[in-house]
Amino acid sequence: MTFTVRTYGPDQKPRQGFFTDTSICIGCKACEVACKEWNQVPVQIGGFTGKSYDNTEALGANTWRHVAFIEQRKEMTFADGLVEHAALEQLAAQTGLQTYQEGDGLRWLMASDVCKHCTHAACLDVCPTGALFRTEFDTVVVQDDICNGCGYCVPACPFGVLDQRKDDGRVWKCTLCYDRLKDDMQPACAQACPTDSIQFGELDDLRDRAEQRLAQLTDAGAEKAQLYLADEDDGVGGAHAFFLLLDEPEVYGLPPDPVDVTRNLRTTWSSAAVAAVGLGVGLAVAVFGGRR
Amino acid sequence: MSPANAAAGTRADAGASYYGQPIIKSPVWTAEIPAYFFFGGLAGASAGLAYLSGEGPLARRAWATALAGIAVSAPLLIADLGVPTRFLHMLRMVKVTSPMSVGTWILTGFGAATTGAAAHALTGRLPRTGAACRPAAALLGLPLSTYTGALLAQTSVPVWHEARRHLPVVFAAGAALSAGAAATALTSPEHAAAARRLTMMGAVAELASVHVMERRLGELGEPYRGGQAATFKRLADGLVAAGAVTVAASGRRSRPAAIAGASAVLAGAACERYSIFRAGFQSAADPKYVVGPQRARIAAGKSRGASRKAADTSS
Repeated sequence: MTFTVRTYGPDQKPRQGFFTDTSICIGCKACEVACKEWNQVPVQIGGFTGKSYDNTEALGANTWRHVAFIEQRKEMTFADGLVEHAALEQLAAQTGLQTYQEGDGLRWLMASDVCKHCTHAACLDVCPTGALFRTEFDTVVVQDDICNGCGYCVPACPFGVLDQRKDDGRVWKCTLCYDRLKDDMQPACAQACPTDSIQFGELDDLRDRAEQRLAQLTDAGAEKAQLYLADEDDGVGGAHAFFLLLDEPEVYGLPPDPVDVTRNLRTTWSSAAVAAVGLGVGLAVAVFGGRR
Repeated sequence: MSPANAAAGTRADAGASYYGQPIIKSPVWTAEIPAYFFFGGLAGASAGLAYLSGEGPLARRAWATALAGIAVSAPLLIADLGVPTRFLHMLRMVKVTSPMSVGTWILTGFGAATTGAAAHALTGRLPRTGAACRPAAALLGLPLSTYTGALLAQTSVPVWHEARRHLPVVFAAGAALSAGAAATALTSPEHAAAARRLTMMGAVAELASVHVMERRLGELGEPYRGGQAATFKRLADGLVAAGAVTVAASGRRSRPAAIAGASAVLAGAACERYSIFRAGFQSAADPKYVVGPQRARIAAGKSRGASRKAADTSS
């Protein structure tokens, strides 16, 4: 079951979103900082986690951009080394950047994660108050003056993006800078990103760009390079924030096959209806069953 | 580049997850929610029991139970909200995709109907209101008892979502069980035959449906075999079985035995709700329950997953 309602009419804007090319992320966290500053997201001091340079750990009510740091120790064969070296040289030539170090066989993956703004968004479907809504840019936003903190969206999200802010009880997440979009500005994180790892734009353009980049990296030997959430036929109907990853999604803490639970809603409601009828029959049998 | 970090990287390589962290968020709900599951189901099935029993001591007590159950339910739900003063925001819209929204409306209608029905049953006043409210309360009590299963199923928590066919049945059984036990405890044995039958039927249904649910979940059902979920499940099984046997064996002759057995059954039903609730947290906290089935879907060709390599592109 999927529900798509478009109610903006002439005010509907082109679908906009993020393409996050993790291959050129340098882990500077400018996106995290810019997001916090622009959206006035409260500080959250978690201390030193020991998880590489990552001390924010995951997306949540007070972390709307999260940079993951993955250190992979790889057995480097001579051939692997050559391929990776060639890939690096080509990348360096094109972008002036090196994305990970080879040397001792350590591969360092960095990726800036964010709310995916799913085409079929479970959070939005389950929200009982209508606090979560779809904007004219097709993004998904929580209205902080409506949310009553029921918490249903929190376990509904297949990516674990939304969370409740303990001291205020409401649920918060990335708005894809809805306020900036309304003023024709790009989101704070994309503007702050020094390498254009985070690219903002119209979804169709971004997908073309991502396609080219995937081909380029694959040709250069990055055989695990993959586009994540870039296609409309995945479990969430494609996302407004999609990614180019250099390894499998779960390495970055992303689910490999996320599904909008609303797809199975017919089964769920059918079961509830059958169970309700069964309960009625059971009650009748209990009451009348002994009066023969 | 400490060895510890390198080891973490190796684990991630194996597909575990990012530093073994959860992939989905655990619910933020607290103990009010499983308590509501218990009281809401108790109220819902009690209204049905009361309506079908017609007039008499059993019906009056069942209406009182329904009223008490629903009177407890609303405050529990409101207390669990992050912003309790905004509870009326629940009535801003009706959304079929949100079992919580649907449930709010069922609860609201049920509350109003049960108040009218119970007022008449207990005071004898307002006969016309009572006549109109009784069937409405009985009817709304059925989905009130089962939508809660749909509510848990409509989440990304594997142990709940993958039990979407079973959870409403488990909750229906629990509601029948609770209503039967409450009426058994409150009514003198000569008038409580229907309540005892309901208790026994509910007990069999609950024990069987939980067993089937756990079996069908397979590996995903692991949370029911460890931690708090397992502890409360064992407690629930024991209390329900012992209580139902007591009610069946001596509930007809001995009021104290009926009360003791019914109390054990009620406690067991509450423990079962709590076990299911905790299982969700255990399931959400371990990424293997999220990644495992998704990878299995992809491996079996049932889904292509959310990522695509250049080689996968047909050009």
